[in-house]
Amino acid sequence: MIANLAFYLFSFILLASAVMVVTSRNPVHAVLFLILGFLNAAVLFLLAGAEFLAFILAIVYVGAVAVLFLFVVMMLDVDFVALQEGFQRYAPVGALVALIMFVELVFIASSWAIAPASGAYRLFPMPDNLTNAAALGNLLYTAYLPLFQLGGVVLLVAMIGAIVLTHRDKPRPARAQNLAAQHARKPEDTLALVRAQLGQGAALPEAAPEKEHS
Amino acid sequence: MTGFWDSTTGFVILTVLKTLALVVPLLIGVAYLTYAERKVLGAIQVRKGPNRVGPFGLMQPFADALKMLTKETVVPDGADRLLFVLAPMITFGLAVMAWAVIPVNAGWAIADINVGVLYLFAVSSLGVYGIIIAGWASNSKYAFLGAMRSAAQMVSYEVSMGFVIVTVILLAGSQNLTQIVLSQKQFWYAVPLFPVFVIFFISGLAETNRAPFDLAEGESELVAGFMVEYSAMSFALFFLGEYANMILISGMTTTLFLGGWLSPLPFAPFTMIPGVLWFLLKICICLFVFIWVRGTLPRVRYDQLMALGWKVFLPVSLVYLVAVAGVMEYFGWFPHA
Repeated sequence: MIANLAFYLFSFILLASAVMVVTSRNPVHAVLFLILGFLNAAVLFLLAGAEFLAFILAIVYVGAVAVLFLFVVMMLDVDFVALQEGFQRYAPVGALVALIMFVELVFIASSWAIAPASGAYRLFPMPDNLTNAAALGNLLYTAYLPLFQLGGVVLLVAMIGAIVLTHRDKPRPARAQNLAAQHARKPEDTLALVRAQLGQGAALPEAAPEKEHS
Repeated sequence: MTGFWDSTTGFVILTVLKTLALVVPLLIGVAYLTYAERKVLGAIQVRKGPNRVGPFGLMQPFADALKMLTKETVVPDGADRLLFVLAPMITFGLAVMAWAVIPVNAGWAIADINVGVLYLFAVSSLGVYGIIIAGWASNSKYAFLGAMRSAAQMVSYEVSMGFVIVTVILLAGSQNLTQIVLSQKQFWYAVPLFPVFVIFFISGLAETNRAPFDLAEGESELVAGFMVEYSAMSFALFFLGEYANMILISGMTTTLFLGGWLSPLPFAPFTMIPGVLWFLLKICICLFVFIWVRGTLPRVRYDQLMALGWKVFLPVSLVYLVAVAGVMEYFGWFPHA
């Protein structure tokens, strides 16, 4: 009973925050509601007994992806007035597209039927006496290893693509610091103690020309 | 009587009692950590530290708390009121929440869950939100800059921390914290994993925004960083959250690397001391190092901080993970081979 109540509570919050993501005026609030949605999805996983997936969802989406997302949204200077400007003009077109999508979804949902026996083939039964991290690992790294690796390659390509897109050759080399050279620098290299004679001043030793940092 | 504790009501009451038994000592610990920090820093700088309130200044934390409580809470103009108030609560709540899975002694964890390590990592990775939200909601340049720095810093150091945790899981063969501690009966993981142990601890310093990585609140350039607009109780909550996070990182270090509640030598005079005391002692040693580092090292520059995280810690922890996995595979040391 309590599990059912919890399920309805958290799925309600999840749906409500999903609605708020779309409707909030302030983009930062929208991202924060998105995060709330992620957290509730994680809790739903937890209620379904998939604790590994729940925490991975929290770590990857909430702890990493959403932080960067929030970062970008906060840094962007979003002009709310400009955003609202075209609303009147585009509203009919938008409503038409939404209507078509909705009708299509209704058609699909009403005509969709899952073959009764297919569930048994598709779902991998949870083995007993294994934690669900171990069960997931056994499945991913044996039966689906090629697909898993392929997923990794796709992510790698995406990452390299992002780096290539944002990387620019600077017109002149940046004045980067060489930490090792800085640490290796000793007082003797730059400092000389000279005893100045009275009335003569200090005769500085021939200084080595300062090496350019480049 | 056992029947009652097994019923739902009994379970709830029991859990609340257990939580109190953990949180109250934790809060007292936080209060006295602030005292210890001022005393140790005092000793490092050849001063006396707080010594006026109570014997040896022992009542100082309570005097500070009372002072904080009686001050006025100021919400700046143009601030996002709800988020502004929520941010310190998030920081403090998460710092306390993480303690639910840490085993203080054999079987003394409030929730002895299968994926305890993941829970800890997830909760500590949420900690950044309190800071980002505080910085944004304050509607202040300094707070915003501090929050940006802090977010970038915490995200960077989390990656290598994750690899270090995976290495520990590999050795222990379990994600349950009690199992991880028990698997250290032969040797503490700080010994075979010494390089990544050091990386973990330094990343912990960066995660808690402590010196020498306290750029998020670097007072010389950002006044007080993300907490610049906070006063009274909301400031106190940030302060408590920071110290509770320090204790948490020390607890994590102890559990993952220093054998948790296990005694350092497995024979008579040492094993007679209860596990809780060993656990507390190890935490205190870690905390002392935290304070010692603060008293000794100057703050690093921001680009040095980023370079250290991405160019040193990340590759080293990744290579170490692969090396450990390779060695264990070659010798067949995997616990569940």
